Amino acid sequence: MPNAPSDEPRRITVRRRGPMLVEGPVEIELEDGSTVSSDRFRVALCTCRRSRRYPWCDTSHRARSRE
Amino acid sequence: MEYDREGPSLPSARGPLSAAVRDHLRGTGPLPAPEAVAAADPYGDDLQLALYQCYELHYRGFAGVCPDLEWDPELLRVRGALERVFLAALREDTPVHDSVDEAVGDLLVEPVDGNGVSHFLRDKGELWHLREYAAQRSLYHLKEADPHAWVLPRLWGRAKAGMAAVEFDEYGGGRADRVHARLFADLMTDLGLDTAYGRYLDAACAELLATVNLMSLFGLHRSLRGALVGHFAAVEITSSPGSRRLAEAMRRTGAGPAAEFFYDEHVEADAVHEQVVRHEVIGGLLEEEPELAPDVVLGIDATGLVEDRLAARLLSDWRAGRSSLRVPLPSGISHTS
Repeated sequence: MPNAPSDEPRRITVRRRGPMLVEGPVEIELEDGSTVSSDRFRVALCTCRRSRRYPWCDTSHRARSRE
Repeated sequence: MEYDREGPSLPSARGPLSAAVRDHLRGTGPLPAPEAVAAADPYGDDLQLALYQCYELHYRGFAGVCPDLEWDPELLRVRGALERVFLAALREDTPVHDSVDEAVGDLLVEPVDGNGVSHFLRDKGELWHLREYAAQRSLYHLKEADPHAWVLPRLWGRAKAGMAAVEFDEYGGGRADRVHARLFADLMTDLGLDTAYGRYLDAACAELLATVNLMSLFGLHRSLRGALVGHFAAVEITSSPGSRRLAEAMRRTGAGPAAEFFYDEHVEADAVHEQVVRHEVIGGLLEEEPELAPDVVLGIDATGLVEDRLAARLLSDWRAGRSSLRVPLPSGISHTS
């Protein structure tokens, strides 16, 4: 069972450009005390603060260019 | 979306090749000659529909067609001839990029003034545009993730684990009501469309058929596993921002909660999938088989090519106020269901 409680530490992957990846399921407490949860196998947490679906990444960190 | 035991009806022919394949499936006619296949327009309606019919036997088949025809040697020979024409055109018209890093790098840049289909639908889309878009895309979304599942036995290590994890998510993480194909059927219900599998095959344009045939081609050939991975990466990387615009289009037009949810779910899911596919699937594959890098580029660039062709077709029709469908949709949307 991949999601069963275990002694293994939970892996979090961080990258300088891009979201923080956390193995799910997760419950996240926000500044106002409310919580959001996801049972996805992995979640991408916004670190650039630009996401319109904060705390989830919506790829708003991407570079933008004029075509 | 009731499970259809019979499978969809065979489509109407769009030329001699698609007619011959259809008649062979009905058991009433000879298959096309190799010379006729070689002379066909690789992106045209006739070749694309002929190929689509061959491929559909590997998914759900057609009503009244013997399932064993999936492995009919004569039909496979014709399928091979059709594929060679299509693949030769794809190779001729790509690659655009010299390396995987360049190809992926370009996908990761969002144009400020994008002018694709999702931009049009977000800014100007009316319900009839959204219904047409959903009817066209239903040819893929009702088998969402299926063409990519074929690559699993051909991968190893990180690539296999990453691909399986993303596919598991596409298939609802073990919950039938969260399978992405199911979520798309719910979107279709919101838009007053028929959710029966394959229902809009006759309505879909050649450019749409090419996007689905591309996945089947890459998925069914182990020799093209690198291209399948590149294709999947291109879809997952571009999906999140595109889905955000489509979710906005659904909200603005009041399409309905399931229609919004399908694209909202893809904003969030594909932001994760993008990371896994780039780092685990492409990274893992090229660690094991670095010689596949040109195929990964082919997969990315060929996906861009067929998607650009589809966008050009949809936008030229819609900007001229014309339907993009070959068969009109029944008018009127019921929100009672």
